[in-house]
Amino acid sequence: MISFTNVSKRYAEGHDALRDVSFTLDRGEMAFLTGHSGAGKSTLLKLIMLMERPSRGRVQIAQRDLAEFSREDIPYHRRRIGVVFQNHQLLFDRSVFDNVAMPLQISGYEPEDIGKRVRASLDKVGLLHKENLNPITLSTGEQQRIGIARAIVHKPQLLLADEPTGNLDPTLSAEIMSLFMEFNRHGTTVLIASHDLALISRTGRRTLVLDHGRLIQGG
Amino acid sequence: MANRDPSKRGASRHSPSAVSPTPVPAPVGNKGAAKHKVNIAGQGRSWLRHHKATARDSYNRLWQTPIPTLMTLAVLAIALALPGLMYVGLKNVNQLSGEWKGDPKISLYLQQELSDQQAEAFSQKMLLRQDLIAVELVTKDQGLLEFQAMSEFADVLDFLDSNPLPAVVVIQARDGRKQVLQQLQQEFSKLPEVDQAILDMVWVERLAAFVELANRLVMVLGCLLAFSVLLVVGNTIRLSIENRKDEIQVAKLVGATDSWVQRPFIYTGFWFGLLGTVIAWLFIQISLLLISTPVSEIASLYQSGFDLQGLGFSDSLVLVIAGILLGLLGAKLAVSRHLREIEPK
Repeated sequence: MISFTNVSKRYAEGHDALRDVSFTLDRGEMAFLTGHSGAGKSTLLKLIMLMERPSRGRVQIAQRDLAEFSREDIPYHRRRIGVVFQNHQLLFDRSVFDNVAMPLQISGYEPEDIGKRVRASLDKVGLLHKENLNPITLSTGEQQRIGIARAIVHKPQLLLADEPTGNLDPTLSAEIMSLFMEFNRHGTTVLIASHDLALISRTGRRTLVLDHGRLIQGG
Repeated sequence: MANRDPSKRGASRHSPSAVSPTPVPAPVGNKGAAKHKVNIAGQGRSWLRHHKATARDSYNRLWQTPIPTLMTLAVLAIALALPGLMYVGLKNVNQLSGEWKGDPKISLYLQQELSDQQAEAFSQKMLLRQDLIAVELVTKDQGLLEFQAMSEFADVLDFLDSNPLPAVVVIQARDGRKQVLQQLQQEFSKLPEVDQAILDMVWVERLAAFVELANRLVMVLGCLLAFSVLLVVGNTIRLSIENRKDEIQVAKLVGATDSWVQRPFIYTGFWFGLLGTVIAWLFIQISLLLISTPVSEIASLYQSGFDLQGLGFSDSLVLVIAGILLGLLGAKLAVSRHLREIEPK
């Protein structure tokens, strides 16, 4: 599903974020991406999302070389991926429902279809009863779950998460993690960047460790 | 997909509903139109739906901040109403000068001591000339009557013993060129019967020159004001892009295309243009209403059948279309300049 071949990323200011990284993540696999802060976790996710382009090497998603994607193709690439952020990136000028519906509206789903899918997604994260509230009124854990609902509402083949449990206490973190494992059981490929090593080891999944831009374990 | 135009539907291979387990690049040239027929119809519907929803949403957003919106609209309306009003003014001046236009005539004021018979004979002689197409004799008595009818000084004439007015022969030359007319004027002024030969052309020429100048001025000012409309709309849209930065970033992250992201702002420009011109139109009509009474008074003082002209339907249409285009263009400029800078981080 994800394949990195000798990928390096050097930013304009000369900082090497990734050095010669190669790994493959199979369809339906779930893995963690860990390492100290600044090790290149976010850069790796950004390359997958085409928010950045590699300086060298090849990134393939679903057997397509991302170098083939022009600027115009990027939106369609992103529509196949779900992303969860540490700071959830919810919009407070609209309801929970409208936040979750956004990817579907952008992809042009029929309104009835949007309703069904959004409610199914909110149901999965256990927040169906909050659909009409403004996300600002929800707790941090709930906001993060809304962010997850938005990431999975269009049933992406690939789910990425950048520090999804960063702001949460251990109980909430475990809850969120079990959600991700649930999606993975249903066939979604999942890659989670996290430095919560205790939580990662409890899941017993494959772990990719980055150190100063190099992949030192799990590749 | 909401934001596809059909010509680019090849990229639908990336859409969530059309994803195959192992996506392969679609062959160039064969865009799979037949296979995706239903999808494309659905895309068209969703595209239309999104346009409607965005237009409505952009309109509603304008009124979420009514005071700034009204102020912007007032600025736009004034900037659009000024050239509109000047244009109406010009149109009326043109109408007015049209009354005086036509081929310039030469008025031959005959010698005072000439009798009516002699004047008649003179005009007959003129009629025989091949280079004149019209000869009109205004006898002393006719001149007096016209003067009495047209002038407030009619009473003054009653104090005079005899008619002070000369007979006049107004002639129109076949050839309207300036040099020919001037030659004719010279020739006629030397005739013994003629006291004075006056060519009306100078005045017509001056008027035409002034009208031309006014035309240019209106054009220059119109362009400047159109430019200011662009800047006002552009700046307003820039602010609203700034205000919706978070939303734009999230939208781009979940797969919004550039055209999807910019659409609401383009519609905002459209509404500013449309509403601005409608208000400008009202400004113009109200202004015309306010000056129509004094204008018709002046016109009646000059015995003119002059009627103040408004914008009329086609000019109003042009105004509205120009306003909308300026709004769209201003929005487009702001969007192309600022939207690309906002990328998800």
